[in-house]
Amino acid sequence: MGQYYLSHLKELEAEAIFIIREVVSQFEKPALLFSGGKDSIVLAHLAKKAFYPAKIPFPLIHIDTGHNFPETLEFRDELVEELGVQLVVGSVQESIDKGRVREETGVNASRNALQTVTLLDTLEDLKIDAAMGGARRDEEKARAKERFFSHRDEFGQWDPKNQRPELWNLFNGRKHHGEHFRIFPISNWTEMDVWQYIKEENIALPSLYFSHERECIVRDEVILAKSEYLPLKEGEEIQKLIVRYRTCGDMPITGAVLSNADTLELIIEEVATTRTTERGTRADDKRGETAMEDRKKAGYF
Amino acid sequence: MSIQEKNQLLRFTTAGSVDDGKSTLIGRLLYDSKSIFEDQIEAVKSSSEKKGFDYVDLSLLTDGLKSEREQGITIDVAYRYFATPKRKFIIADTPGHTQYTRNMVTGASTANLAIILVDARKGLLEQTYRHSFIASLLKIPHVVVCVNKMDLVDYSEDVYNKIVADYEAFASKLDIKDVQFVPISALNGDNVVDRSENMPWYEGSTLLYHLEHVHIASDFNHIDCRFPVQMVIRPHTLEFQDFRGYAGRIDGGIFKPGDEVKVLPSGFTSKIKSIELNGETIAEAYAPMSVTMTLEDEIDISRGDMIVRPNNQPKSEQDLEVMVCWMNQKSLQNRTKLIVKHTTKECQAMVKDIQYKVDVNTLHRIEDIQEIGMNDIARVSIRTASPIFFDSYGKNRQTGSIILIDPNSNETVGAGMII
Repeated sequence: MGQYYLSHLKELEAEAIFIIREVVSQFEKPALLFSGGKDSIVLAHLAKKAFYPAKIPFPLIHIDTGHNFPETLEFRDELVEELGVQLVVGSVQESIDKGRVREETGVNASRNALQTVTLLDTLEDLKIDAAMGGARRDEEKARAKERFFSHRDEFGQWDPKNQRPELWNLFNGRKHHGEHFRIFPISNWTEMDVWQYIKEENIALPSLYFSHERECIVRDEVILAKSEYLPLKEGEEIQKLIVRYRTCGDMPITGAVLSNADTLELIIEEVATTRTTERGTRADDKRGETAMEDRKKAGYF
Repeated sequence: MSIQEKNQLLRFTTAGSVDDGKSTLIGRLLYDSKSIFEDQIEAVKSSSEKKGFDYVDLSLLTDGLKSEREQGITIDVAYRYFATPKRKFIIADTPGHTQYTRNMVTGASTANLAIILVDARKGLLEQTYRHSFIASLLKIPHVVVCVNKMDLVDYSEDVYNKIVADYEAFASKLDIKDVQFVPISALNGDNVVDRSENMPWYEGSTLLYHLEHVHIASDFNHIDCRFPVQMVIRPHTLEFQDFRGYAGRIDGGIFKPGDEVKVLPSGFTSKIKSIELNGETIAEAYAPMSVTMTLEDEIDISRGDMIVRPNNQPKSEQDLEVMVCWMNQKSLQNRTKLIVKHTTKECQAMVKDIQYKVDVNTLHRIEDIQEIGMNDIARVSIRTASPIFFDSYGKNRQTGSIILIDPNSNETVGAGMII
């Protein structure tokens, strides 16, 4: 008898594909929340594998804050073209124009929190009953307690103390009218797993993830890209640095890391030896000890 | 790095209460395997200081929710991840107080291994019996009993041997295939990652060595072929006009192209034409692979059907005998109506009889009961509206398990292991 076991990457892949297929089987109107980051790119890749030779049977939804890296948008459009999948863009700018949200002001203003309103409006407009995302439990402590199938009430809120127990591979997607689910097929993946999988499957990524020269501003020890969305404080200077991104959020809040890693091999080596979490570069998580939990309860990604 | 890509995944649970050193042990495993990052340690240090502790409270790493941090308790199962050059690990860290059974059952349902902590000063306690019973009920294939706080009993071999003997006497009443014992001090790191110099009398392996080497390849059933169909893939494109693939995850056995198969419930037989994923053919498919299967003949197959071998079929019945762990405030009574979810199938069901419940601390049966409540474990007879294709839970943890759903609230209210 041969060796009948899977490598950890193959086992995680099998688990994620099973969950994506459960979503399509159990829900009427699923969608994939696509941020343009590596996790949602991996999720789109897994969705392609799950249904081949059929096309991905649900749209990608991108919540466009208007503060994206241009590289992200370019990459998104190419990927959508290649997969032959429908793309829906929810615009934060439109939510602002319609008066649904009010833009933050000041030098540290960000559109991060505003996304929640645009996201919930978009899900409601499209009558989405299952929104898949690329969040992982290893990213953040509130996410460590998230279910694969995460129930949201009719206001889109998460109630962490009243989650459905999840056993074996039996996922309960039953819900009342007006409620929806957030689904996290790669919950069990770590940052390292994602990178190793990208390498093993040869998945294309936006150039941001690889080392490049960029004009930056260093604020509170975070390296931020120079952009029209980031007003300079007094005394701040623009410096040219060799950097890459570990996560891919909005331009004014996503910190870069100094890095020469310009290949997947070097990135994996860097991830293996790095001593801070990838969200350690995110200014949005530093707004208090339970910043992520508070945003998640309100309906954030 | 290249080794890492071939690594297996080991899922384990840790069960215990606040003061038996569970958080310290997890902290030790994460820290010594360099899986805790500097910013996480910094955050935990500053939270510990804010709370006025003079030590770094590693439980703050796992207790992520606001109310948990306020109350200093763990409410829910927390999942932690770490890796060594040999394996990848997923820890389901379950709390030790209220709702304890519900959470441990949840964590245990997907685990290959359970770590049971015993305080060397106290020996076996009620909670040791409870943890072990649940591990055995959920058929966790491997159990490691860590006799912790050996530093507080002068690393005494006699103390350790007495606990091992007591546990073995008790475990003979349970159905656990593989039990190992390790004397440790999670606080000082003895026998956790590195061998202890304080216990030269101990000749076994360290905890981490055991986690890295325990044989888990045969934890899945590779004998009885079971393929529950999740969905049918029909591309409707010119290139794949006639393609009709059955998508699902293998729950048991080894399937190969050319194998004769039978489809339940219709009873039609055919042969496997191809097994593939993303257009790549797969020579042998086994649990827990997700695949797409095509058959030689066009048969009407849909979600909830099961593809098996004609000479090895699961049971097909409407009356199930189930060990149920009840997980809801609202109690379970005779004639309670439920929805049963089993593999990819859902159907209505009704409770016919509650036979007895188990006192999880003494393993005694309590008979003549009318209802069971939150965290109770009981033997229940359930009748389903249509036949279920199942194996006993002991034979196959996937085809032998069900969840129970309240048709009104839609909540998952129970977990069941079919006898």
